[in-house]
Amino acid sequence: MNDQAQLLPGTLDLLILRAVSLGPRHGYGILLRISQISGNSLLIEQGALYPGLFRLVCKCLLKASWGTSENNRRAMFYTLTAGGRRRLQEETDNWKRLVTTITAALSTQPEEA
Amino acid sequence: MTLLSSLRHRLATLFSPPDRNAELEEELRSHIQLRADDLERSGLGRAEAERRARIDFGGYERYRQESHEAALGRFTESLAQDLRFAVRVLRKSLGFTSVAVLTLALGIGANSVAFSLMNALVLRPLDLPHAQALYSIERGKQNEPAQSYPDYRDLRDRTRSFEGIVAYSITRAGLSDNGDATTAWLYQVSGNYFDVLDIRPYLGRFFHASDEHGDNSANYLVLSYPYWQNHFQGDRSVVGRIVLLNKHPFTILGVAPSKFHGTEMYFTPNFWVPLVSGSQAGGWGDLNLRASRDVWLLGRLKPGVTVAQATTDLNAVGEYLAATYPAQDQHIRFSLTRPGLMGDTLGRPVHAFVGGIMSLALLILLAACANLGSLFAARAADRSREVALRLSLGSSRRRILRQLMTEAMLISLTGGSLGLLGGLLALHSLDTWQPVPSFPVHLPVSPDARTYAAALVLALASGFLFGLVPVRQVLRTNPWQVVKSGSLTARDHGLGFRDVLLVIQVAVCAVLITACLVAVRGLQQSLRCNYGFTPDHALLVQTDLSMAGYDGGRATAMQRRILDTVEALPGISAVGLTDRMPLDGENMVNNHLMFKETTAELTAPNAAANAAVQNVSTNYFQAAGTALLTGRVFSRQDDASAPRVAIVNRTFAIRLFGSVESATGGYFKTADGSRVQVVGVAEDGKYRTIAEQPQSAIFEPLLQNPTNATWVIVRSIRKPQELAAAVDQRLRRLDTALPFTVRTWQNELDGALFASRVVSVSLGMLGTFGAMLAFTGIFGMASYAVSRRLKELGIRIALGAQPRNVLQAVLGRAFRLLALGSVVGLALGAVGSNLLAFIAYQGTARDPLVLCGAVAAMMFLGLLATWVPALRAVSVHPVTLLREE
Repeated sequence: MNDQAQLLPGTLDLLILRAVSLGPRHGYGILLRISQISGNSLLIEQGALYPGLFRLVCKCLLKASWGTSENNRRAMFYTLTAGGRRRLQEETDNWKRLVTTITAALSTQPEEA
Repeated sequence: MTLLSSLRHRLATLFSPPDRNAELEEELRSHIQLRADDLERSGLGRAEAERRARIDFGGYERYRQESHEAALGRFTESLAQDLRFAVRVLRKSLGFTSVAVLTLALGIGANSVAFSLMNALVLRPLDLPHAQALYSIERGKQNEPAQSYPDYRDLRDRTRSFEGIVAYSITRAGLSDNGDATTAWLYQVSGNYFDVLDIRPYLGRFFHASDEHGDNSANYLVLSYPYWQNHFQGDRSVVGRIVLLNKHPFTILGVAPSKFHGTEMYFTPNFWVPLVSGSQAGGWGDLNLRASRDVWLLGRLKPGVTVAQATTDLNAVGEYLAATYPAQDQHIRFSLTRPGLMGDTLGRPVHAFVGGIMSLALLILLAACANLGSLFAARAADRSREVALRLSLGSSRRRILRQLMTEAMLISLTGGSLGLLGGLLALHSLDTWQPVPSFPVHLPVSPDARTYAAALVLALASGFLFGLVPVRQVLRTNPWQVVKSGSLTARDHGLGFRDVLLVIQVAVCAVLITACLVAVRGLQQSLRCNYGFTPDHALLVQTDLSMAGYDGGRATAMQRRILDTVEALPGISAVGLTDRMPLDGENMVNNHLMFKETTAELTAPNAAANAAVQNVSTNYFQAAGTALLTGRVFSRQDDASAPRVAIVNRTFAIRLFGSVESATGGYFKTADGSRVQVVGVAEDGKYRTIAEQPQSAIFEPLLQNPTNATWVIVRSIRKPQELAAAVDQRLRRLDTALPFTVRTWQNELDGALFASRVVSVSLGMLGTFGAMLAFTGIFGMASYAVSRRLKELGIRIALGAQPRNVLQAVLGRAFRLLALGSVVGLALGAVGSNLLAFIAYQGTARDPLVLCGAVAAMMFLGLLATWVPALRAVSVHPVTLLREE
């Protein structure tokens, strides 16, 4: 487990949006999807998913409705709203820019005196 | 968990519906189950799988709370932030805050009192089961609530739209229960009363229609709960006890529930007795006479029957009555109205009064809102720098508006609670007020949930109103411009929005002040008018000899003994006796038709006067302090064996004989045709109501017209309390079974002046509120104008401007607005004077004194309110100011 990376603050929301963008999911399903798309390399305590989920619902980026899971349990299913889709796009772009910038900054070689 | 977050969590739980909470829990549990399913599939036992699933989930309780807060969004969090900031900002400008809070407190206080009155007297039905189906039955165009008992029986038995019709009347009787008799107030009711109203006894039983078997067949008595508590100390063994009512034995059957106050709103009786035994219990009508209209009717509609259908039904019976008894019931028509205030008799004036008070109170709130609106707008202008700074630091306009709105709401809620508190205190004193000494009136104004709701809604609505005022300003703010120039540079030319607000406010206040002056003037006139008697230094003793079984000649002898007993006391200057007391609201002086001696046909169109008639003893005029203009008073020789004589008042003398002098010795005729000689002329006075026009009145000697009704007037220079005790003691010795009430005449008059006093006091208070609001409004506007131009003024003074110029520059505008507002307000007040005249005695805004008074009051307020800001403007020290920048 030690090789799992800590999540940067604010990135969980982005991951949730991404996971849901691939199709409606219930909370547990989103968690599995995140582990799957991140290749099991992120450390997320399972319960921590929910405050994030509710935050996104509250901002109208996700829509929630009751449904039945594949093994017949009642569960809340989440889908992306139009705003959520837009936000995912923006955040993804921002993230890419940030990563590029930070990477570039970190890879700068010390200048020769 | 920190204290704050725990608090926030609790708040969040409070504000979110419980099912939301349950949903959240269900979702989290479902997650754990799904996880356990997966783990089970990978080979673990179910119990172990669930345990692992819970461990994987992490701190369940913590995530549940966090999720819950997240679900509510950042709303509560930012609300808390807004609130904290608002409190800080408002505490920093305490002056502004307290003026704003007080202004709103005035508005909300006035409204909560007015609303409670309206709620109690207009909105709330009688506190009876299914009260919406209950209606008072009234007769004729005049909406007379009183009907005759035979008519009642016909209506009850012949209509089909009612589940039942009850009859009742309010009267007074002497009750003695092994000792001195006391005066008690009671309802006489038809036997079906409790059954139709659907009231169950608290103790014992009630009487029913089946208990009635003709006159005096049902000497039963049902106590009201408060009377049982106070008079019988809640003794459960009273059921079955026999008490004496006007010296007749009555059996106590039971006690009514504490919530049942009878069928009139303003009065709780001591007990109920059947109408059929009424003549023994102080009843004043003859139940067998169709012309004797003494009972009030209340009907309960059958389910599904409309008011129109029931009225048609009643009038069908009315036609039958008119055809069968043309002498008494000609042209009889019925109508239905809301019960509780003697039908429309009290209902109409009360509704008009409450409506008037409520609209004035709303006007006050409107003025308060205009006031606060301009204060907030001025403040927002002053805070433009702060707003600009926040905008340039990245705050959204929405957030800033929400912040301003939070401040407005905070002020409106604080002011609202303060106003409600004041209103509740006022209501409490109204609730325990005994306005009419001779009659146990109780104003049921105790506030209920509706009062609180109304206060809250009004507070929030006004907060919203004045909070909206600065919105436009904030939306327009250009941060760059403001930060550069230091403040909003846009100077409003012409009549700006704030000026309009001020004019509205001043106008409303001028209307209120006019109303107040009209009321005060009316009260003054009603107090100064000539009653035709002198209430100072006089005691009144009231009784009815029938309460102790006296009648006919025995009553006259008893009255003689009463007069002799009181006259024998030391320090008495005169003692008189009359059957009806002028201005007694409960048992008014009756009017009778009088004719000229020459009139042959004694019918109503030929009558010369409709005169108020009092039967008085020999010394009445001296005791009452009524001046005799000419002639003589009655003597003991004016008895039944002597020719009929009368003393008439001035109006009567002039109407029948042309002048005061020619009246003495002249004759007139009563409706029964007997000739009466005028032996004296007395001054005019008030007889039935304080507001009446001068009317004819005659006084006849008691010895020629014996009566049981007894009012003794005791004129003396002794202290009233001391004398009252002595009189009471002596009279009790005459007959312990005869109840007396002893009061000062002034005290008794309070009842007659009650209505006009209530109107005057309430209008006066509203006017005072208006004046205070006008004051704070002008003060706020003027001091703001001064503070905004302080720097400019400094420069002007430094350049040699005279105080006069400075004042003109700063306050000219305030004064112009004040003048404009006052003119508008006075014009409105004059237009609305019809309304005012209706609710205030002798009130008219066209009274020159009122107009001048209103103008003077507004000018005085204007001067007073601008005084401090003016001083500040004139005393500006240029150097200090320039240094400050």
